Amino acid sequence: MNYEKRTFSGGTHIQDFKEFTNSLETQEAKAPAKVYIPMSMHIGAPSKPLVAVGDLVKMGQKIGESQGFVSVPAHASVSGKVIGFKQLPVPNGRMADCVVIENDFKDEWLEGLIQPEQNPQALDAKEIGARVLEAGIVGMGGATFPSHVKYAPSKEGKKADHIILNGIECEPFLTADHRIMLERPERIIAGLKYMMKLADCPKGVIAIEENKMDAFELMIRLTEQDSTIETIVCKEKYPQGSEKQLINAVTGREVPPGGLPMDVNVIVNNVGTAAAVADAVEFRRPLIDRIVTLNGNGIVRPMNYRVRIGTLYKDLIEENGEVIGDIVKVISGGPMMGFAVYTMEIPVMKGTSGILVFNEESQVLKREEEGPCVRCARCVDACPMGLEPTTIVKAAKRRDWAKTKACDVTSCIECGSCAYVCPSMIPLVHYIRLAKQYVTSKDGNGAVNPFLV
Amino acid sequence: MESINKPLILSCSPHLHSRYTTEKAMRDVGLALIPAVAAAVFYFGFRALLVILVSIASAMAAEYACRRIMHRGNTLFDGSAILTGGLLAMCLPPGIPLWAAVLGSVSAIVIGKQVFGGLGQNIFNPAHIGRAILLASFPVYMTTWVPTVGSSVDAVTMATPLALLKAGAMDQLPSLWQMFVGQIPGSLGETSALALILGGLYLIYKGHVDWRIPASYLGTVFVLTALFGMIKGFGMAYPFMQLCSGGLMIGAFFMATDWVTSPITVRGRVIFGLGLGLLTSLIRLFGGLSEGVCYSILIMNILTPIIDRYTKGRIFGRAK
Repeated sequence: MNYEKRTFSGGTHIQDFKEFTNSLETQEAKAPAKVYIPMSMHIGAPSKPLVAVGDLVKMGQKIGESQGFVSVPAHASVSGKVIGFKQLPVPNGRMADCVVIENDFKDEWLEGLIQPEQNPQALDAKEIGARVLEAGIVGMGGATFPSHVKYAPSKEGKKADHIILNGIECEPFLTADHRIMLERPERIIAGLKYMMKLADCPKGVIAIEENKMDAFELMIRLTEQDSTIETIVCKEKYPQGSEKQLINAVTGREVPPGGLPMDVNVIVNNVGTAAAVADAVEFRRPLIDRIVTLNGNGIVRPMNYRVRIGTLYKDLIEENGEVIGDIVKVISGGPMMGFAVYTMEIPVMKGTSGILVFNEESQVLKREEEGPCVRCARCVDACPMGLEPTTIVKAAKRRDWAKTKACDVTSCIECGSCAYVCPSMIPLVHYIRLAKQYVTSKDGNGAVNPFLV
Repeated sequence: MESINKPLILSCSPHLHSRYTTEKAMRDVGLALIPAVAAAVFYFGFRALLVILVSIASAMAAEYACRRIMHRGNTLFDGSAILTGGLLAMCLPPGIPLWAAVLGSVSAIVIGKQVFGGLGQNIFNPAHIGRAILLASFPVYMTTWVPTVGSSVDAVTMATPLALLKAGAMDQLPSLWQMFVGQIPGSLGETSALALILGGLYLIYKGHVDWRIPASYLGTVFVLTALFGMIKGFGMAYPFMQLCSGGLMIGAFFMATDWVTSPITVRGRVIFGLGLGLLTSLIRLFGGLSEGVCYSILIMNILTPIIDRYTKGRIFGRAK
């Protein structure tokens, strides 16, 4: 069959490295002896611990209460005993307070959870919203924005006319979304229906990149009877999965700089989030696990795992087997926008879509030395936001923050296309982030950040 | 599990790179020049190769000396100096004294590039700076042309097609085919349009060169010279002869498309090409010189920053 392939302007083609894991069925990872549940796995205020050392907790029990509107609760991902609180680093470089639970390996669910709802269709939007919040659902594509906030009525009275499920997964290596679309498509569609009801939105769109045609054809088959849901295919181009670029490809609309999808009447959520929403609404199942792609040349058996939230990277890697060679780099998320972490004692969180483990022989990560900009303009052509990365970076290098601001540095989505194509190996994203720090600081001069003066 | 407790490398995303480097691009430009070099050797013999080698060697020596004197890192093998030397040689007459080639190369590297701070900082196309300096200093050497090897013409020096076009001496011109394949007197690499187009298409295919610059440049020259030819009654071959003569082809594909000195915006590249075409046509048709490519490119190089400033792309999400 021939379908119209949608896309956006700019961007670049990237080798996707998905062949290692895209045909491997998701495996249940063993729950570790201890889980470390961070109280901040979302954008917004950290949740407040509800448990004390020595407390016995059941699986799915709420152990952290949300604080404020842009916040979600956290839940125990195993049953067992709270044995302490510990500060652990999280991928973005900050430290997070974690509740440490010793696993009793009984996997006892808290009573009242995992009971199928008798008549889920009868639930009204308010109840659906309450269950989504209660289940601690956040955007699982990586941004971890609390889902109930996206669906809350907007102050300006804006209403969504499109809910787009993001099944693009344009980051190389990652196959978590691909697998969930193949393995749990009905849950994704059910979740989308609840989201549409929640937002009182007449149209749902499932967008899939053309390198996952099996998932696309499956979704087309499952949704062709439903006139309110459209499944579309997008060209394989990075960063197609970026929220703004996806909205543009699907609807032709452009989210204004500094704006949100709702400004153009769209809500975007990851396909994994939709499946989690369906589980939350129909089973009151909290978000206590997620699919994580484990890959990299240091990994013996690349795999898609269903992993309990709070599992340390180290435990998951050990379960996979002995690592190959001396591990020099571990990336949380994908290689384009993910974070390099300095330790493997980091807990899997709600937004952890992949863990990539590389040893020193990795050709993928090899970098030559930075050279001078030769004005080739590849970064300008590749920027999906229409920026001139080279101009911004030259200004940043001479600390001309006003100029970076004039060049719209704050519009940068940090997708990394510019640095990917730069023949002089200039770490453009690095300089752009630096410029953003200055530009967005209170006095426009970086003064609020002690590291930047 | 000892190996997983070692410190890990931290770095800013993206962690992946296209593995496409400036050195590779330079190598590709060098490859693209091979047909033109072969044509030069074919038409002008061993002497052509000698001029090219001397130019490259002196460009590299100048590059090395400059970096040493400035206490900067050695850039001898980034490919840039080799290309500058090679491209300059392609713009020189085959019979030029070798010391003049050396002088041109050294000027190209020192005045054209290193005084600005090296690769990426120069305002002008370095090879054309070298050529312009030679042309201003030694006009006789720079305009003394030798016939191609095996040519029936016996003269030691002869007029280029461009000079004949300028003089309106249409009856003395070689055939369009001779001009296209390069069987005409002229600078080393400027004679064979065929070889240059082959190389240029390769660069466009590899993505080094934006087709907009050669297309708008050659297109403008074609249109303007066709109009001129029509008014003067020179016939339909006239604009094609203009395209195939002098430094236009090498200028359009190899010089004007130099990354450093051409605009970075898409619209800017089109304007750049239009400006080049206009200037080249004006100089060729109405100026005192028979050739205008070199000066057009140098003049448009000056305008590159201002073109960039006024042709910025639209930021995603901003009003159209």
